[in-house]
Amino acid sequence: MELQDIIKPENKVYGKPSLMNETPMHYCPGCSHGLVHKLVAEIIEEMGMEEDTIAICPVGCAVFAYRYVDVDWIEASHGRAPACASSVKRLWPKKLVFTYQGDGDMACIGTAEAIHAMNRGENIAMIFINNAIYGMTGGQMAPTTLMGMKTATCPYGRQADLHGYPLHITDIAATLEGTCYVTRQAVNTVPNIRKAKKAIRQAFENSLKGKGCSLVEIVSTCASGWKKTPQQANEWMEENMFPYYPLGDLKNTVE
Amino acid sequence: MDEKKNDYVLLKGNEAIAKAAIRYGYDGFFGYPITPQSEVLETLAVDKPWETTGMVVLQAESELASINMLYGAGCTGKLAFTSSSSPGIALMQEGISYMAACELPGVIVSVGRGGPGLGTIQPGQADYNQAVYGGGNGDYNLIVLAPNSVQEMCDCMGKAKELTFKWRVPVVVLSDGVIGQMMEKVLLPEYTPRRTDEEIHQQCPWATNGIGLKNRHYNVHSSLEFDPLVMEERNHKMTEKYARIEAEEVDYEYYMADDAEWLIVAYGISSRVGMKAVDILRKKGINAGMFRPKTLWPFPNRVLFDTASKYKGILCVEQSEGQLVKDVRIAVEGQTYVSHYGRSGGMIASPVEVYHAFKKMMEESVNSKKGYWIK
Repeated sequence: MELQDIIKPENKVYGKPSLMNETPMHYCPGCSHGLVHKLVAEIIEEMGMEEDTIAICPVGCAVFAYRYVDVDWIEASHGRAPACASSVKRLWPKKLVFTYQGDGDMACIGTAEAIHAMNRGENIAMIFINNAIYGMTGGQMAPTTLMGMKTATCPYGRQADLHGYPLHITDIAATLEGTCYVTRQAVNTVPNIRKAKKAIRQAFENSLKGKGCSLVEIVSTCASGWKKTPQQANEWMEENMFPYYPLGDLKNTVE
Repeated sequence: MDEKKNDYVLLKGNEAIAKAAIRYGYDGFFGYPITPQSEVLETLAVDKPWETTGMVVLQAESELASINMLYGAGCTGKLAFTSSSSPGIALMQEGISYMAACELPGVIVSVGRGGPGLGTIQPGQADYNQAVYGGGNGDYNLIVLAPNSVQEMCDCMGKAKELTFKWRVPVVVLSDGVIGQMMEKVLLPEYTPRRTDEEIHQQCPWATNGIGLKNRHYNVHSSLEFDPLVMEERNHKMTEKYARIEAEEVDYEYYMADDAEWLIVAYGISSRVGMKAVDILRKKGINAGMFRPKTLWPFPNRVLFDTASKYKGILCVEQSEGQLVKDVRIAVEGQTYVSHYGRSGGMIASPVEVYHAFKKMMEESVNSKKGYWIK
């Protein structure tokens, strides 16, 4: 049987969401961003929210998120996506408003905006990609870099006396009265991808229903920044990241 | 306070800003308290426009957040404003550059105090450069309106609304602590309804609000561009737009200047002082008049250049160590003598002080045709 005989509509078992366009992604092989983008596109499509979504992307590797998913996007300045989302949601209360940020954007330069948006109980969903490194600028130390982990700016490993400690921003988020749903997920296996999708969907529904602020952390890989193959990166994440950033719900007041 | 429409009321400049914004149909305010402009947010909090016009009012966690809330609002086609004072406006500069880069509407009220640094909470005009030349990165301009009364604070909110959507350029209303804090009678405008979602969609097809997405390409607001040729093209287009604004939107007025041989140039609160100084000079038999730029950008270069040779000397009066005076010198191009008088650090010059400074300028202009920089 020839390949062309197999490629037929009736044989199709899987397709990319129609909201994902044909633009080639700039992400490295093994990066978690592409998967999370796909989940976001799938969920918006399944919810039928194409005309009622305002997405806000960060500075960092996901700076070009707006190239890949066909909804209206705002590219915020570094760390300010939650502030931007706060005004957008208050001015457009019926819209699905979500931010998409990395660890440097949300847990370092934009900590104030993230914490205050969550603490005000802004009815937005925040997706937080935590790969413990600055990917776009070439692998520098992030606020979530693990102790002992080597990066371009802590080449001998992160040490407390020189660099301080990893910031558990998701744990902080769970203590804030304005958050309704705080969860930590990953997209390293098919079951985890399904769980992550369910979590993002709940966060989006919380935004629409005005339940408060939702934070979905995705513990992610950065194969290039970690200087590993995609498979090694997944294994390294499971061995090192998961014990420090355990998966699961930290808070859910909506259920 | 319940004003009947079109009734005169006695208000502080900062209160007039808040009440005017509600009546002009602004969709939102996002700001952080700072002296001497906190009455803007306080007045909005008392008036509760979210219960009447539906205007959103939010006290942000910082000026960084405020300006990025304004950025978000502008992206979606909403009319929003923020208000702050000198160090707070300094914090906003990155966001202002982003708004200019994305060609977004938005209004920034700047109620100046003495600087630099934390400076003083007393009034100042040392933020001319900050507003006109900007502290944000890149090639951009903002439209800068300079009210000199409480009535004009009110009116500027209407003018800013019109200009910011007409040109898709952020507008600064550059005021100062005197005008913000002093009370004068004001005629408030009639209520204009806020635009509906459908009107926003019709008027702002570029907005990122999702409306009509199935029948159009999706919208993006981003100032990022990795291709230098594309980035340069973007800059060229903005420069062309700025040239049209310079051709169409310059605004200024004269005081007692028809037969004037000598001129004061002043804006904002200094123009109020300047008018009094002109009165004193006239009483002493000196043919003085005043020129007042009402837009600081676009600056009235053309009219100053064309008329400069009429005057034997020009004194720029501003409550700073000399910022406006540089633009006046650029406009005049050496055709006449241009000097500066100003107080700073929170001090405001009196009309008598300006009178004496004017006399000094007159002597210098006769004795010296050398460059102003030669002491």
